[in-house]
Amino acid sequence: MGTEETDINRRPTTPTADGGPLLAIRDLKVHFDLRGGRKGAGVVKAVDGVSLDINRGETVGLVGESGCGKTTLGRAILRLNEPTSGHVLYRNHDLAHLSTREMREHRRHLQIIFQDPYASLNPRMTVGQIVGEPLETFKLARGREAEARVQELLETVGLSKRFIKRYPHEFSGGQRQRIGIARALAVDPDFIVADEPISALDVSIQAQIMNLLQRLQREKNLTYLFISHDLRAIRHVSNRVAVMYLGKLVELADAKTVYADPLMPYTKALISAVPVPDPKIEAARRRIVLEGDVPSPINPPSGCRFHTRCPYVIDACKQVVPPLVEIKPAHFAACIRISPEQPDIDKVAPGDAPGLAAAQSAAATSETGE
Amino acid sequence: MTNPNGNLLEVKNLRTYFNTEDGEVKAVDGISFQLQRGETLGIVGESGSGKSVTNLSLIRLIPSPPGRIVSGEVLFDGVDILSLPEAEVRKIRGRRIAMIFQDPMTSLNPFMKISRQLMEITQLHLGLTKAQAYEHAVKMLETVGIPDARSRADNYPHEFSGGMRQRVMIAMALSCQPQLLIADEPTTALDVTIQAQILELIKTLKQATGTSVILITHDLGVVAGMTDHVIVMYAGKVFEQAPTGELFARPGNPYTKGLLRSVPDPTDERGELYQIPGLPPDVARLPPGCPFAPRCDRAEEICRQEFPPFVQLTSEHFSLCHFANEVYETSK
Repeated sequence: MGTEETDINRRPTTPTADGGPLLAIRDLKVHFDLRGGRKGAGVVKAVDGVSLDINRGETVGLVGESGCGKTTLGRAILRLNEPTSGHVLYRNHDLAHLSTREMREHRRHLQIIFQDPYASLNPRMTVGQIVGEPLETFKLARGREAEARVQELLETVGLSKRFIKRYPHEFSGGQRQRIGIARALAVDPDFIVADEPISALDVSIQAQIMNLLQRLQREKNLTYLFISHDLRAIRHVSNRVAVMYLGKLVELADAKTVYADPLMPYTKALISAVPVPDPKIEAARRRIVLEGDVPSPINPPSGCRFHTRCPYVIDACKQVVPPLVEIKPAHFAACIRISPEQPDIDKVAPGDAPGLAAAQSAAATSETGE
Repeated sequence: MTNPNGNLLEVKNLRTYFNTEDGEVKAVDGISFQLQRGETLGIVGESGSGKSVTNLSLIRLIPSPPGRIVSGEVLFDGVDILSLPEAEVRKIRGRRIAMIFQDPMTSLNPFMKISRQLMEITQLHLGLTKAQAYEHAVKMLETVGIPDARSRADNYPHEFSGGMRQRVMIAMALSCQPQLLIADEPTTALDVTIQAQILELIKTLKQATGTSVILITHDLGVVAGMTDHVIVMYAGKVFEQAPTGELFARPGNPYTKGLLRSVPDPTDERGELYQIPGLPPDVARLPPGCPFAPRCDRAEEICRQEFPPFVQLTSEHFSLCHFANEVYETSK
């Protein structure tokens, strides 16, 4: 493995005013051994070498289809899944390599909101106990003070403080999600992983929760990793968007650019598949319909993992793993068929791979590094 | 038996109620609509709006008790399904009206080979022999784009991915060339790229066979791309009904307007999203007057007291609102 410094220099970074990102993820891998690691059972490479910077106060949207590893990546940052290798740099510590006790200190600043508002709240605890528990765990407040804090938190997320003695089953999905958000906010975190926070909610409630998350971000200077398969929601809440496919990031740029000018074929297909609530646009647009399903992450395709479904595939794609390259300023994509000189794959001559040389040299570097 | 006015389906004043611990729930409360031959009708609504109960009522699949169809007519090709004996309804269900559901895993029998599940239908409804039914099953699997259909036919449902299972469901539904396909959230459980495949498939097959489709969904984007007419449901009522283009361009109901504005526009900048305040209503405890009044930004005293009229805005556009004309005039 390369040294820390060269690693960071090679990876996509966006410099910030206060001297660096809040979180820097470097070559993070999360592999799951099937059947307790017996030989031949296989390994699921859920996250396989992801590097990503998350800047203070921004929302990075992480989008991808089921099984692409987006949830595992979010959980690995918080050590809810153990990283196999790689680094998560936060406040001069590498979260991926802290002991459980050391990690606990940091967990206060790093929180998570879950997808299923029904399964993520203990049905036997009152709202007051649920939201107050983190205060107790981190010894931040107790007794009257804790109760006052819980009431304040409930009001912050738009719930009446009268609800404090009620149980989760008395609430709707949207209200439960608010309770989950209040719980995450209890410890004044810096960073929140929002894992599909609106997927289980009705359309009118989704808008409420997105607005709430954005308001809280402004008021409390929060940083979000917003994980979703809903491309419209991702576009709306994110400053930057990272697209993931079978364990790897395949495109990264600011949200507007990813939608207006996707470079990598998978991103192009993904964006074109999003139904737009406008019959005129729907009637006029040309949709790229991908063939086939997402392949299994147990035996992912060789080379570019998207090659089995890619309309632009050439032979080299099956052999060479494309690195995430800065194709345009602050716009990264992983595809050997494009390069900074030839960013538009539709204008690249059939069979050409202008990014191949860069991919091969990157592969050589990482081999010598290891 | 052809209906002269071109309607394959005519639903009149349908009411389906459920007895619950909270009292009588009027899940569907007096809704009417028509579906023309060969067209696709979208039914949009949030959870509890009654969109699924409506469609289960059409083919008399309401579990009773606790549910019962209290009143109404469902004229399918001129015949009232609600007054037919059960044996007759069974001949229609699966044969002339087919359904696909949100979750293809729970709608397939996990212990039966895919081929047998497909064969069952054509043996029952079309009287095919076993060999004929098998060939038909393979042909249907090919039609819906299952690669290697002949060898995959003898697989079990768990050996298929979610998208492939939904294709099997569609193959099953279309086996007897039904006149009406009811698709209840057919792509909600699927990934975006797979959703695009399935919607494309439904569109193509619809064009090839002339089947009419009722598409139930909460996704306004799907409605925009797939349907000719739309019904918007809320609290067991039809709140708005219009040709799809018109509904999106010029909604005549505050609820529809709010729904359209609360969906993020992928071409738009990041900012505050319009939000409908409050929660979808508890159908067991509806307020007097308009059920949407507590969440409506146009509501006045009359809305809280009197149930709104179903106002005709154009020949095909209706809205359930005291201020329907005003809302319509001020939309775009």
